[in-house]
Amino acid sequence: MEAKSKSIAQTKAKRSELFRKLGPLIALIVLVTVVTFLNTNFISPTNLLNLLRQVSVNALIAFGMTFVIITGGIDLSVGSTLALSGALTAGILAAGVPPVVAIFAGLLIGAALGLLNGIVITKGKVAPFIATLATMTIFRGLTLVYTEGNPITGFSDDFTFLFFGRGYLFGIPFPVVLMAIAFGILFVLLHKMTFGRKTFAIGGNENASYIAGIKSDRVKYTVYAISGMMSALAGLILTSRLNSAQPTAGTAYELDAIAAVVIGGTSLAGGKGRIVGTLIGALIIGTLNNGLNLLGVSSFYQQVVRGIVIIIAVLLDRKK
Amino acid sequence: MNIEMKGVTKSFGSNYVLRGVDFDLQAGEVHALMGENGAGKSTLMNIMTGLHKKDEGQIFIDGKEQLFDSPKAAENYGISFIHQEMITWPEMTVLENLFMGKEMKTSFGWIKTKEMQNKADNIFRELGIQIDFDKQMKTLSVGQQQLVEIAKTLMNETKVIIMDEPTAALTDREIELLFKIINQLKEKNVAIVYISHRMEEIFKISDRVTVMRDGISISTKPTKDTYYDEIVRQMVGRDLEDYYPTIESEKGEMVLEVKELSRFNLFNEISFKLHSGEIIGFSGLMGSGRTEIMRAIFGIDRLEKGEIFLEGEKVEIKTPNDAISKGIGFLTENRKDEGLFLDFSIRDNISMTAFEEFSKYGWINRKEEAEFVELLIKRLTVKTTDMELPASALSGGNQQKVVLAKWIGAGSKVLILDEPTRGVDVGAKKEIYSLMKELTERGVGIIMVSSDLPEVIGVSDRVIVVHEGKIAGELSKESLSEEKIMTLATGGS
Repeated sequence: MEAKSKSIAQTKAKRSELFRKLGPLIALIVLVTVVTFLNTNFISPTNLLNLLRQVSVNALIAFGMTFVIITGGIDLSVGSTLALSGALTAGILAAGVPPVVAIFAGLLIGAALGLLNGIVITKGKVAPFIATLATMTIFRGLTLVYTEGNPITGFSDDFTFLFFGRGYLFGIPFPVVLMAIAFGILFVLLHKMTFGRKTFAIGGNENASYIAGIKSDRVKYTVYAISGMMSALAGLILTSRLNSAQPTAGTAYELDAIAAVVIGGTSLAGGKGRIVGTLIGALIIGTLNNGLNLLGVSSFYQQVVRGIVIIIAVLLDRKK
Repeated sequence: MNIEMKGVTKSFGSNYVLRGVDFDLQAGEVHALMGENGAGKSTLMNIMTGLHKKDEGQIFIDGKEQLFDSPKAAENYGISFIHQEMITWPEMTVLENLFMGKEMKTSFGWIKTKEMQNKADNIFRELGIQIDFDKQMKTLSVGQQQLVEIAKTLMNETKVIIMDEPTAALTDREIELLFKIINQLKEKNVAIVYISHRMEEIFKISDRVTVMRDGISISTKPTKDTYYDEIVRQMVGRDLEDYYPTIESEKGEMVLEVKELSRFNLFNEISFKLHSGEIIGFSGLMGSGRTEIMRAIFGIDRLEKGEIFLEGEKVEIKTPNDAISKGIGFLTENRKDEGLFLDFSIRDNISMTAFEEFSKYGWINRKEEAEFVELLIKRLTVKTTDMELPASALSGGNQQKVVLAKWIGAGSKVLILDEPTRGVDVGAKKEIYSLMKELTERGVGIIMVSSDLPEVIGVSDRVIVVHEGKIAGELSKESLSEEKIMTLATGGS
């Protein structure tokens, strides 16, 4: 009898795990259904593609943030990283460098800024919240210095660069294609490869990971570099789309990214999470924004609704 | 205060943990509560103190039926539970901890520090505790924190104290002080429920023993009318023949040699050799430096000086990663903090040191990994239906087996086991011992650090005793006895 009751307890544990995994998806489906019911325009292909393009910037940042949060850290500097790498890339383009090279340079700049976060956090033993809070203002300040507070415009009319944010591939906005590619690569990296296993291990139990021979410092550098690179990618999309680099671009983007990660069921305590959840989380936020706009709800109320959704998501996640 | 529990039944879901347990506690007695992990001891005590609700049965206090709806209510009534994992406020001072939630204050809410100090001072003096009130809780040793916790229960008029494995983290001197305090409490007519796995303590301190198994109380007897083997038999429900395995394994080539290892003031000039197929027991008092030596060999802490040789070759070990790649495994004494990933699946836990082996270009071959994990689960008889379940769903003994599996899976030639059976029940202990023997048959060399003397004597081929950071002596299998070990460990010769 004991064995039987034990297996019942174990089945229960499994069922709650399943609920945790499917919860965000169910929420998204319900949300889409409700919005469609209230305004059928929502489901039109044009609007859906539009929605996906709006989501892509936040989703890319949130993908990187997912890695960071799974290690038990946080990256508040993503918005500033986005602005700084966007502005520097604009500068590089303006200097006449070929767009493809400039794009790679922009991504590398983002990765380098992230690496800097990682070094301060591991070598300096500074708490991730504090370290990235500091670099958030440093990177923003550098952006303002570099741009002298004005948008950088007219740096490129090259097709390749403009395609980045404005183009379509087989009828799908290019940023959405980028989001899909990034998702695929990062999904494999997180859930199928040793690097991902180590990322989870560090967040799950850092001491035990170290004793099990995992080089946690290296994993952390990489994780923050990924976060920086994803922010830079989002920055390139924005810069290309607006055909200008704004010194204030990306302000408060870290909050939407963290919200997407949390709604997706990744634990802020680390060691637990899924990148699919983050994608769904970003879609939920995007659908809310888009849907509420369609329904003519004032943007003031939209903020209230978004906050409530975050709280509901966390409550649902805790209920097991 | 006398407490009588009658026919207490409790189930969690469909899982019966208590099936009609009778238990009684009399004022002024120390009542030992024994049983394997999962026998129902903690649940019974949690019902007594109001954390869990009983399904059936009655609880009488001084002849009157009584029910607490929270531990707080029980505490106000004079019944305190000192848990194994203490709840303290590490950043706050000893005094603040002592009066947490029960501060003495004026009617304006102003805290009366002076009065609190006086009151605490009286109790500390009575108990013979010398700890500075202004120290932060985290700067105290675990033993001192335990004493503060006991003192805290005496701040209000406590009549019953339940202690769960109180000596697990204490040094011998602290244990002595604890026993002195327990005797004083007895004189004041306080009743104590004493939960412990350490048999010697039970015979030293308790007046009566109750043994539980599978949610039933097997027997209650005066301690003087029972003996070691009887209690063990009642706990496991069968005779434990060959409790310690008797297989003699062949001592082979030297696998590990350390020369004159030193680290600041922790240990000095430590030299010894380990052969394949051999188990060396490392004995010594808590704080003697035995654990610190092992941590340094494994690269967790830095060595000040000394050399390490593996299979005759000098090696540099700066991090655990170096140690593992050279073939050393280390089961730390601290399972929850340094061994187990509680929320992770059994699979992820077991393959934590080995997943790179199943990977090509960083890509993990999940199928190969699952086969490997399955094999280890079988070999260590981890009781689970599914390797994807979280490790937190397992009992303590099975959790320990999972951590052990991780190190066996790493394919270590040298295995350092620090307190491998701490908090593990008798049945699982036996399985761990046979597993150690099996490993030595395959040529693994094992170093076992342990405070459990019968275990050290039963399992080791020879014993090295550490005293104040130095090797005090070495005893061969033939000359082993508890007395000899203790003499060396306490600085005699």
